[in-house]
Amino acid sequence: MTRTILYLIMSVVMVSAPYATMAADTPFEFDDPAQEQRYKNLIAEIRCLVCQNQSLEDSHAELAQDLRNEIYNMILDGQDEKEITDFLVYRYGDFVLFRPPFNVKTVLLWLGPFILLITAILIILHLKRKHGTRSPATLNAEEQQRLARLLGQKIKEDQS
Amino acid sequence: MNRYLIPLVIFIGLVVLFRIGLNYDPRRVPSPLVDKPVPTFSLPDLKNPSGTLGSEDLRGQVTLLNVWASWCVACRVEHPLLMELAKKGNTRIYGLNYKDDREEAIRWLDKFGDPYIQSAFDQNGKVGIDLGVYGVPETFVLDRDGVIRYKFIGPITAQLIQDTLLPLLERLEKPEI
Repeated sequence: MTRTILYLIMSVVMVSAPYATMAADTPFEFDDPAQEQRYKNLIAEIRCLVCQNQSLEDSHAELAQDLRNEIYNMILDGQDEKEITDFLVYRYGDFVLFRPPFNVKTVLLWLGPFILLITAILIILHLKRKHGTRSPATLNAEEQQRLARLLGQKIKEDQS
Repeated sequence: MNRYLIPLVIFIGLVVLFRIGLNYDPRRVPSPLVDKPVPTFSLPDLKNPSGTLGSEDLRGQVTLLNVWASWCVACRVEHPLLMELAKKGNTRIYGLNYKDDREEAIRWLDKFGDPYIQSAFDQNGKVGIDLGVYGVPETFVLDRDGVIRYKFIGPITAQLIQDTLLPLLERLEKPEI
């Protein structure tokens, strides 16, 4: 009985622990749900340059807080997503976006994996065609005998 | 022999690429502000609250703008180098005190020395955002027209001063022909 209670308490604590950390950041309030959605979309798409693998949504860094604040004010000001991302990219570069833009500089980044995949498939097909596949029917008489002998041995081994 | 040649060549190519790549710091983000004019700003002077320091003051001569803070450990590391540069007398160094406490900042300068002609007090970091600051200390080189010509993130080193900053400053000092 006490064990169950203990497990219950532990589960509640573990599930709520991540939410406790969010209390440290100032939440932003919006009257307009469309604005709120725009804000949420943006902070998920912008990289925090201090903890570079986190978005502005996840990061607790002070710069992240400052940028969230900036974005909040810009949205209240009526600026749209493009204007805000342009603002950030002008100052911090393309790296600040999690989804890099598709332009001459990033073509290789975007298409690279597909190019490699197609190349790999082509190479495999080419090799297959060159060496072909061999089936028992293509073995000559000597090889067929060897095969029968080996298989015979295997069957005897399996039976014993 | 041929079977092994192609993979070997590819392998050597990769090794070379990786060797070069390992020398780069993945955290350094190249600044998009290079060759763009320094963003317009006007901030209170750190030591003298009634005075101001703005982007206008940075124009007219080749300038080094150093973003620093009293809470920034790496700033202490580069500080002696800045003092040396300032003492030599031929580099104009301005400071941008970023997200700091005024008292603490002034105390820091009194304690370790003040290499700056003036420091601007950017308390809320807004000017820092306009400059694309994300990792203090950061150092900008501005030409006569106030255009950013170079940005370095992290504490400057003697090597950097020797190999990059001084030559750049010299080149920018030359009058346009």
